[in-house]
Amino acid sequence: MKMYFRKTWPLHLFLLPSVLLLIVFNYIPMAGFLIGFEDFKPWLGILKSPFVGLKHFKFMFNDPTAIQVIWNTFIIAIFKIIVGAIVPFAFSLFLNEVRAMLFKRTIQSLIYLPHFLNWVILGGILTDLLATNGLINQLLEGLGLNRIFFLGSGDWFRFTLVTSDVWKEFGFGTIIYLAAMTGINQSLYEAADIDGANNFNKAIHITIPAVIPIAIVIATLSLGNILNAGFDQVYNMYNPLVYQKGDIIDTYVYRVGLLQGSFSLATAVGFFKSVIGFVLIATTYKLASKYANYRIF
Amino acid sequence: MLKLKFSNRMFQYANHLFLSIVAILCILPMIHVLAVSLSSNYATTSFLVKLWPIGFTWDAYEKALNSNNFLVAFKVSILRTVFGTLISMTLTMLAAYSMSKDNRYFRGRTVYAWFFVFTMLFHGGLIPTYLVVQKAGLMNSLWALILPVAVNVFNVVLMMNFFRGIPKELEEAAAIDGAGHFRVLFTIFFPISLPSIATLSLFTMVFHWNSWFDGMIYMNQANKIPLATFLQALIAGFDYTQIGLNPSDLENLSERSLKSALIFIGTLPILLVYPFLQKYFVKGMTLGSVKE
Repeated sequence: MKMYFRKTWPLHLFLLPSVLLLIVFNYIPMAGFLIGFEDFKPWLGILKSPFVGLKHFKFMFNDPTAIQVIWNTFIIAIFKIIVGAIVPFAFSLFLNEVRAMLFKRTIQSLIYLPHFLNWVILGGILTDLLATNGLINQLLEGLGLNRIFFLGSGDWFRFTLVTSDVWKEFGFGTIIYLAAMTGINQSLYEAADIDGANNFNKAIHITIPAVIPIAIVIATLSLGNILNAGFDQVYNMYNPLVYQKGDIIDTYVYRVGLLQGSFSLATAVGFFKSVIGFVLIATTYKLASKYANYRIF
Repeated sequence: MLKLKFSNRMFQYANHLFLSIVAILCILPMIHVLAVSLSSNYATTSFLVKLWPIGFTWDAYEKALNSNNFLVAFKVSILRTVFGTLISMTLTMLAAYSMSKDNRYFRGRTVYAWFFVFTMLFHGGLIPTYLVVQKAGLMNSLWALILPVAVNVFNVVLMMNFFRGIPKELEEAAAIDGAGHFRVLFTIFFPISLPSIATLSLFTMVFHWNSWFDGMIYMNQANKIPLATFLQALIAGFDYTQIGLNPSDLENLSERSLKSALIFIGTLPILLVYPFLQKYFVKGMTLGSVKE
């Protein structure tokens, strides 16, 4: 045993700094959920603040605003998950049909780009483009349509959130499918050619069945995001006009907690989100590993 | 047969057209911003600019780049990106090396693995994290932007998977020559995995450059905020005094083109590293996810 430790002590040492940082910045905040069960006063600290049990949780589930916020989060997130699962998959099928490599690579370069820009930049760009007299509305008017209040009407705001999120991320999402598609055995296509199959037949009978398992794993894992409607995006695009339908848990927690100082209520709402997220992520990983043999380790 | 070929060719044309349109839609907004930033006051305030500058002028860029606050924020961003990436990558390499060892050799690996992965599954949430950073005395310190995000478990997992693909023989041969773990890591694993390190470093750099929220909540002095946070504040509620401009400076310059110029300058570093990013990230993305 002593010999063994002499050989492996550097391995523990290598892990030490990371472990310490995770304890301080991840595990201690996890214990901070206690704040949600207290009437937290910053000057009393977490240990001395009075314990109030489920008070804040009861308040949350009876408060129309909090319930609306949870509902908004769910609706926005679920649409992002569904549309965000379909678009990259469909787009890779079309991109996979391209034989000219230079063209394919150019398209890829262009569609990956928005993924690397943050929502501060994109929010700034989109609020300008989607303004009532912005470029998009000028275009709509040019086509003889009515102007749309993209960022001022609740339903349109949700639509804008989902569309712009998919716009930002779909290109990046195609990477994994294209990688899987290049891995398909070419002899399958050659055999199909001999049988007289056209591109459409080949896509339906070879490409799609080969990629479906990966698509299912990705879709399953993304269910863990069901209460992640995207703080950065919403925060940089919303305004009081659309709070009713566009305010989400994370923006609510930030406003109520850090701006208004209701630490306990905000923590309770955040804790609710973390617990739901945990259950979903744990379940989906379990499913993915059981049925698709997916492992992170 | 001829008919089939014809329809096939039609499909190819239509497909190319469709893909081109979608791809152009991905960058059109950026082109519009660039055009607005280079246009005159009149053209921008009356929303005349589409995709090409009208009344071309560099004014907005001149004003933005001469703003002291802008340059200070730029410097903070550079600092956090450089140090944040260095620290994060060092921790990633060290942790991934240990984690890549076999369970039978490195007992405790499973415990460490769960300890790391659990942080991906459960989050303490905004308020407790904020209070920890505050209690740790990191408010207004560059460390507040670096330490809480220094350990990226996802990167550790990717790196670990890469290390596991390195042939055992290399390590064993070095061990016979008397090399310890330090030597094995720095003289064998490090050089072999340079492409992976480059990939993850680029991702980490982009992450740091783009982060703005931590700067907003942890920094409350104007000279401490990074560029992304600075831009966020400017875009959200435009106030030219923030970048040290007088109302008289805006005679020939519209708010809109100044904003657009700032957005474009904020994007520029990403655009500059983008070719390198692109070279590596496809490999990086599929490094850990598609396994045989």
